[in-house]
Amino acid sequence: MGQLITKLKQEIIEVLNLEDVGPDEIEAGAPLFGEGLGLDSIDALELIVLLEKNYGIKIDDPKKGKDVFYSIQTMADFIEKNRL
Amino acid sequence: MEGCYISRSCSIIGTKVLVDGQTDFNTEQVVDFNTFIKSVYKHYKIGFLKFYKMDNLSKLAFLTSEILLMGSGLQQKYSPEDTGIVLINSSSTLETDNRYYLTIKDKSNYFPSPAVFVYTLPNIMVGEIAIRNKIMGENITFVAEKYDPQFLYEYVSLLMNEKIKRCICGWVEFERTGSCYESLIYLVEKDDITNRNIKFDASFLEKNYLDLKA
Repeated sequence: MGQLITKLKQEIIEVLNLEDVGPDEIEAGAPLFGEGLGLDSIDALELIVLLEKNYGIKIDDPKKGKDVFYSIQTMADFIEKNRL
Repeated sequence: MEGCYISRSCSIIGTKVLVDGQTDFNTEQVVDFNTFIKSVYKHYKIGFLKFYKMDNLSKLAFLTSEILLMGSGLQQKYSPEDTGIVLINSSSTLETDNRYYLTIKDKSNYFPSPAVFVYTLPNIMVGEIAIRNKIMGENITFVAEKYDPQFLYEYVSLLMNEKIKRCICGWVEFERTGSCYESLIYLVEKDDITNRNIKFDASFLEKNYLDLKA
């Protein structure tokens, strides 16, 4: 799980162009949206693409998104449970 | 029609940032656009993380407007509806369109990027400036064959005469391959607040652009 969290942090920094933010500065349990990294709705769409492209996981129910993308930790949990 | 005045101008071209025609920042070394524009962002201590998410055209327009408006007291002097934005370019968003195409051209690796897609319209650069400065006046982006000072002058003058009191206007071009980029943006106001008597007219705009290219 630790490796997956580190990988996710690096992927998110790259995909969302979070320059000046290092992996160590992102707390696994901190909210990704609103406070925390201050991501927006377009970033949410990029995270959906990231899950599908890098992990082969599609989010079929949009209502799940809020819980899945709450933090790096919740994303990692979701990937662990759903990846092929 | 009453005349208007240019309070300030800012241009980013090659390795330079020019304010009122004078070099304000110069990396001197020729570097790629991405490296150069980040050095401009850091030099002027802009501190707006969304900058990194913008496409190259918006980065160029945004930073030029940021430097243009430094110390202008935009929010204090005018209501949001009083300021307009009029920008012109030639290559539209072709560089970003190309980048978006790369995310969809391979059907076996088809992952359209939402973050790239949102920048495939040239008026997004105007939107970025408007959001940053809480500007709600008339705004528009024109795509023209080349920089047309006469057209810019006439269109902005009409707006200044009827709808707005201040206008951020000019030329922001980012060529398709990224090898050529240039911006020249003016802050135009009804009053000559700088007492420099720089009248906003087509011949000045044309001369200013030719000087920039020389």
